[in-house]
Amino acid sequence: MKNYELVIIGGGPAGLAAAVSARDHGVERILILERDKELGGILNQCIHNGFGLHTFQEELTGPEYADRFIRQVKDRGIEYKLHTMVMDISRMDGSGDKCVTAMNRTDGMFLLQAKAVILAMGCRERARGALNIPGYRPAGIYSAGTAQRLVNMEGFMPGREVVILGSGDIGLIMARRMTLEGAKVKVVAELMPYSGGLKRNIVQCLDDFDIPLKLSHTVIDIEGKKRVEAVTIAEVGPDRRPVPGTEERYTCDTLLLSCGLIPENELSQNAGVTLSPVTSGPVVNDAFETSVDGVFACGNVLHVHDLVDYVSEEAAGAGKNAALYIQNGPARDARTVEICPEGHVRYTVPRFIRPKQMEEKLTVRFRVGAVCQNCSVATYFDDELISRRKRPVMAPGEMEQVILSRAKLSGYPDLKKITIRIEENEERKAGMTE
Amino acid sequence: MVYDAAIIGAGVTGSAIARELSRYQAKICVIERGEDVCCGTSKANSAIIHAGFDAAPGSLKAALNVRGNAMMDALAAELDIPFRRNGSLVVCTKDQDRGDLERLAEKGKKNGVPGLAIIERDELTAMEPNISDDVTCALYAPTGGIVCPFHMTMAFAENAFTNGVAFFLNTRVDSVAAEGDGYRLETVHTDTGTPEAFTARVVINAAGVYADTFNNMVSSRKIHITARKGEYCLLDKTAGGHVSHTVFQLPSKMGKGVLVTPTIHGNLLVGPTAVDVGDREAVNTTQEGLDMLTATSALSVKNIPMRQVITSFAGLRAHEDSDDFIIGECEDAKGFINAAGIESPGLSSAPAIGEMVAKRAAELLGLEKKTNFTATRRGILNPATLSPADRNRLIREHPEYGTVICRCEMVTEGEIIDAIRRPLGARSLDGVKRRTRAGMGRCQAGFCTPRTMEILEREVPMSMFDITKGGVGGELITGVNKYPQKGRSHEKL
Repeated sequence: MKNYELVIIGGGPAGLAAAVSARDHGVERILILERDKELGGILNQCIHNGFGLHTFQEELTGPEYADRFIRQVKDRGIEYKLHTMVMDISRMDGSGDKCVTAMNRTDGMFLLQAKAVILAMGCRERARGALNIPGYRPAGIYSAGTAQRLVNMEGFMPGREVVILGSGDIGLIMARRMTLEGAKVKVVAELMPYSGGLKRNIVQCLDDFDIPLKLSHTVIDIEGKKRVEAVTIAEVGPDRRPVPGTEERYTCDTLLLSCGLIPENELSQNAGVTLSPVTSGPVVNDAFETSVDGVFACGNVLHVHDLVDYVSEEAAGAGKNAALYIQNGPARDARTVEICPEGHVRYTVPRFIRPKQMEEKLTVRFRVGAVCQNCSVATYFDDELISRRKRPVMAPGEMEQVILSRAKLSGYPDLKKITIRIEENEERKAGMTE
Repeated sequence: MVYDAAIIGAGVTGSAIARELSRYQAKICVIERGEDVCCGTSKANSAIIHAGFDAAPGSLKAALNVRGNAMMDALAAELDIPFRRNGSLVVCTKDQDRGDLERLAEKGKKNGVPGLAIIERDELTAMEPNISDDVTCALYAPTGGIVCPFHMTMAFAENAFTNGVAFFLNTRVDSVAAEGDGYRLETVHTDTGTPEAFTARVVINAAGVYADTFNNMVSSRKIHITARKGEYCLLDKTAGGHVSHTVFQLPSKMGKGVLVTPTIHGNLLVGPTAVDVGDREAVNTTQEGLDMLTATSALSVKNIPMRQVITSFAGLRAHEDSDDFIIGECEDAKGFINAAGIESPGLSSAPAIGEMVAKRAAELLGLEKKTNFTATRRGILNPATLSPADRNRLIREHPEYGTVICRCEMVTEGEIIDAIRRPLGARSLDGVKRRTRAGMGRCQAGFCTPRTMEILEREVPMSMFDITKGGVGGELITGVNKYPQKGRSHEKL
């Protein structure tokens, strides 16, 4: 059995940044396991630009962004294996080490011993079945990401006349991409009363191409026995059920689905990692360490991101903390403090912090569960208001953050919990009572 | 083309008959309009081998079900079909008549179903903790089982093929008429539109929801089949252990109810609905149907995690007005043998139907048994069933077994290549899916679609433009983008 200090599962943006950071923090024996034919993960099919504004202060395409990190990995001589599927992660008997079972065509099935593991497997797209869309099951129904791979990496067009369900970022990007490749995108329907994607993508990918976005609409029927011939969309009420009489039929040969991403945590679950029912990702502390000692998580396997820059930043944190774990052993503080999301805050990453070991400035990321206007993000240490930051608008499609300071926390040695809550601004409250 | 026997339809019934008939020295063909075997009712059903207590004593359904069930262990071993006797339960709720359950048990005993017993709630909840709170008792049938209907059909068909039966796929029979001492079948190739004629001394009608059409072409004794739609929801494997037995509801005035069962592959299946439809191709699901499944399944099993549904689908039962199978030679059409009205328990009865029909056809044709019949068939090797050492040996010899293509179901390239190269191999995405489960997992082919297409393109070989989901008309690609990639079939082959 080969022995590594750190095995990283996934060679996408999270795995790459984690590897670079771990090496820069002194970890020598690192192995990245990647199931696809090249490093870079889903970025390889994201040929549009807009990546890297935070990390590199320039606009890169997905492959260019990935390439920056792939170079860093190669420059550091970090080992990686392609075409390699990880099948299992378990604990070694008699030590805190992990046993990773993986397989590829040259090595067969093999076992690796690792002091620490970083989960960086990414996510998958929610499929039609999970949406329970009635109708036929013909050819021409693709998830937006599958269509993106076919168009951008294989050079094939999956359709000519397109309806898109869901306004997640990949769906919006694909609306523009299909249009640029000569397809007619007739409409984007979104079940929720708000878009799941970034505002900039709605402007640049739909508005600029006169593609209508119908909020509070869903697909209620798919026609076509062999290939999609038409779909019917209808408005939905507050219960998200279709409103009779609002049906509109669109002839088309393709239905693209962009209805949410689900962190792929089957491996994590088998390894005994506790998952959050809200994010479907592991519950982690400020070190990005999961409920299993020495198993860390970052990127979309942890929670779904809008911006790869944040993935890289988080992954660097995971890599650094894995290095500390490898060098110093388990560092779970007896005293951890839970961060409690309240109001429209759906979850936070991390969920627990260690006030003594955490970074001086710790970024806590979260999403809201509804569009919030004229609100503030309030942070409480127990019942004491610590900060209140006005946000004119927050939407579920855009990740929010709060910065916690270790220096500040050191003044609260008996702190029980931190609460992050969305509160309405006073002016608005006053306005509403008029 | 001249044959001794022509079988119309390559569903489980037609394939089982073909396999049994291939024991004899005869020229046999199967004519199937789909692009693959197992394309109609056989691909969308409950995947259950029923114990046989449900059908009326004395009916063909009862006799063939019990016989077919008993044949399954040997068949599964011989033909490498995934099959397990998980036992079935018919549950009775406090609002239902316990007498109905007892009468069902009596009927089962008359049908010759072994091991039937009525069990009380205490014992029941120990067997099935998720049984609904309103359930008071149940009929337990230990011989009930679960099977992979795709593999069962393919096993019959592949074995028949190996034993010399000719299969004509993508071939639709448009007419059957008496000619000489047999029949003439006019067909058309659904792909190319090319007409072709077959003659056969014996015609076997295993045409599912269209069986009445063919019967009525040659016989004045008209039969009438109604397509009865059944919708299903399939849940993720994480929900597969929600029940371990097949849980039926006691038939009542409200209908037959829906079943909740683990599948042989470890998913959970909920269904079916029962709605008569005019269109014999109407395999669409409906909002009402899916809502009904959620509501009705809760009567027998509680807390079904319907959020874990990964796909829903519908199949059509071939319901004949007489409510029983119609099997045997037409009285007024010598040499025309029906296997019609094969609805539930058709899958369970298929082995026995195959035996019965083949015997009759052999008598009519005066056939002798072959001496070189091959009774066994190997299924697609699932490397996960091997020991680590054997698995590594396999990968050394065939490296493609080391490459995972479908990450949800952990299907390797080696299995997909086997599915394509074997007798009656896969030629479409659905064909690969039904043989290997690639694309049948929780992401529903999101990741593996482009990779499976690449393997079909290389192995068949075929142009990317000709690769379909499930037959001509269902092409997956409509064109190339503005910057075609090198090394791919951007031109039609």
